[in-house]
Amino acid sequence: MTDAHTAGPFIAAIDQGTTSSRCIVFDRDGRIVSVDQKEHEQIFPKPGWVEHDAAEIWTNVQEVVAGAIQKAGITRDDIKAIGITNQRETTLLWDKNTGEPVHNAIVWQDTRTDALCRELGRNVGQDRFRRQTGLPLASYFAGPKARWLLDNVEGLRERAEAGDILFGTMDSWVIWNLTGGVDGGKHYTDVTNASRTLLMNLHTLEWDESIAESIGVPMAMLPEIRSSAEVYGEVSGGPLGELLGGIPVASALGDQQAALFGQTCFSEGEAKSTYGTGTFMLMNTGERIINSYSGLLTTVGYRIGDQKPVYALEGSIAVTGSLVQWMRDQMGLISTAAEIETLALTVEDNGGAYFVPAFSGLFAPYWRPDARGVITGLTRYVTKAHIARAVLEATAWQTRDVSDAMTKDSGVELTALKVDGGMTSNNLLMQTLADVLDAPVVRPMVAETTCLGAAYAAGLAVGFWSSTDDLRANWRRAAEWTPNMAAETRDREYKSWLKAVERTMGWIDEN
Amino acid sequence: MARNIQSLERAAAMLRLLGGGERRLGLSDIASSLGLAKGTAHGILRTLQQEGFVEQDEASGRYQLGAELLRLGTTYLDVHELRARALVWTDDLARSSGESVHLGVLHQQGVLIVHHVFRPDDSRQVLEIGAMQPLHSTALGKVLSAYDPVAHSEALESRRTAFTDRTVHDPEAFEQVLDLTRARGWAADVEETWEGVASVAAPVHDRRRMPVGAVGVTGAVERLCPAGELRPELIAAVRDCARAVSRDLGAGRF
Repeated sequence: MTDAHTAGPFIAAIDQGTTSSRCIVFDRDGRIVSVDQKEHEQIFPKPGWVEHDAAEIWTNVQEVVAGAIQKAGITRDDIKAIGITNQRETTLLWDKNTGEPVHNAIVWQDTRTDALCRELGRNVGQDRFRRQTGLPLASYFAGPKARWLLDNVEGLRERAEAGDILFGTMDSWVIWNLTGGVDGGKHYTDVTNASRTLLMNLHTLEWDESIAESIGVPMAMLPEIRSSAEVYGEVSGGPLGELLGGIPVASALGDQQAALFGQTCFSEGEAKSTYGTGTFMLMNTGERIINSYSGLLTTVGYRIGDQKPVYALEGSIAVTGSLVQWMRDQMGLISTAAEIETLALTVEDNGGAYFVPAFSGLFAPYWRPDARGVITGLTRYVTKAHIARAVLEATAWQTRDVSDAMTKDSGVELTALKVDGGMTSNNLLMQTLADVLDAPVVRPMVAETTCLGAAYAAGLAVGFWSSTDDLRANWRRAAEWTPNMAAETRDREYKSWLKAVERTMGWIDEN
Repeated sequence: MARNIQSLERAAAMLRLLGGGERRLGLSDIASSLGLAKGTAHGILRTLQQEGFVEQDEASGRYQLGAELLRLGTTYLDVHELRARALVWTDDLARSSGESVHLGVLHQQGVLIVHHVFRPDDSRQVLEIGAMQPLHSTALGKVLSAYDPVAHSEALESRRTAFTDRTVHDPEAFEQVLDLTRARGWAADVEETWEGVASVAAPVHDRRRMPVGAVGVTGAVERLCPAGELRPELIAAVRDCARAVSRDLGAGRF
């Protein structure tokens, strides 16, 4: 038995996510010792707008950290460091003298900056800043959200130019508060979060002054960009200061980058895919900044201390798990998400049916906002079970589309795909994924790869773990699916999928 | 033909009457519709009410079909739901025990493996989801046979092959093994199915305390039984895991 839970020391990781904040305590083997979690309110002031109350989030973060420590039955002496991972791009401005947010945080899904982004594209279009930042001008990213706040909150621009206002993504908000807030809190962000602002130059890893000026964000309010794994400061002040004062705050990573780190994708060509309501796939491209011609995002994967930064390509799929939910809630074909597998297993194949869930257009690598979802190839023979198959295959083929784009951009073939997220419990989906990718699909033993990534980075920063090799040794394979599909079947099916994708395009007329 | 039981026939007629539409009926309506004395009808309704098949509206005193009837039709637990609920706990069991973990359910005359977590070392292993194991000789099969009456009769009626010298195949001895399993809350298989392989398993229950599956660890007999006996901490870890999955399915603490 290797159960050594009672013996410390430990690392705590905070995951400040979109729907909740969590804290997980890990031991040296990367095993979970305790978890605490608290949801926060989703605020929808108008259609397309999504906000969070940052003060509520900070209260919750303090509570879950205290809760996880208490559940683990340990004290500050047992905790070597605290790491942070966070929902990316969600943007907050606060007053550095009072510590109070000037407005709710604008969440990444919020589309209020759509028009602003089009305007910022001027005659060049959405790729105006892509060469420097790796990103298209889209409403997700933080820079334009900050500009919106400056334009729309009374008197804010003057206060910002006077140096009273601080900008940050949620990592900055948590670090600043953890390290003392108004009493000397560190105003930092890490390179992965900074790479989602549209304000950081990927080559220099510094704020790009001319872009900041173009977008309309004063340099004075931007945090200092630090690596993803270093000691930013110590826990101080407030109730957490009493509980954990002096403990190093030692990592910050955006959630998808944290998952890449937690999956120990430390070598060029290693990739992970997280299957939730949507899917995020990231591939480590080493020291290379790869300019994507397939509409993928170029982003910082991580940077450990003063080592060279590691870059990544990112492709996201809007509708994967949410398609299964749609089958359950809107179509009523199943009563729980897990039943999709039961239904799909009652038939041998898709019966000729294909489902392309382009519910709000096609994303990477097609980028066709005029597309809408289709179910195609229907005959009298097709049953709901065939449709269930087509639903699962849609997730697999969409992954194939993104992975092909990554291979095209990077020249690196996918050797294996590491997976995590709720949908990995679907055995048929995982097998289908291996079949259509023609590559092994591997699930790690710790499902909480996001928190684990933040814990790993913090542990590296304080010497709790000595190297990334040390972390790799912790990685355990819980399951592996190997491709088991004839090449001609795969080719035929892929051709049909591509035909189905074609059928989605041009549905919405240009106004 | 044997005589039918009159009160059961009357109870069935009442359920049909109440199920005839979206309506509630008073005692006298029910009694007169079925040509029964009020007292007789009330006695049957009270029994049905105690069993949860009928509910009485407090305000009006009228009767309607009870929630238990709905539950009867929907108790079937999807095995993929079971796997989704078991995922984190079985990962943790594999991690703490250092052995591979299997989750099995009764299927036809055997145990269907619905979830498998690899042994946490770097060795090549093949996913065994979908494989079948025998009921009478494996730890998973013994747990299912001990707790699920359907599995029990399947195990007794099927041929119990002696895979090794240690396989228990005699019906009386097999019943004793099941008694012991129920008394201890877990079952073992020490080289009864495969030479050199041992396993320990415990039952998973749903919110109605129905046995829905079994979870266990499997590995080399030298590691699981170093001194000829199963390591007690391994048994504890398996039972902890089974309880955690059961709790996740809504079963109360027990």
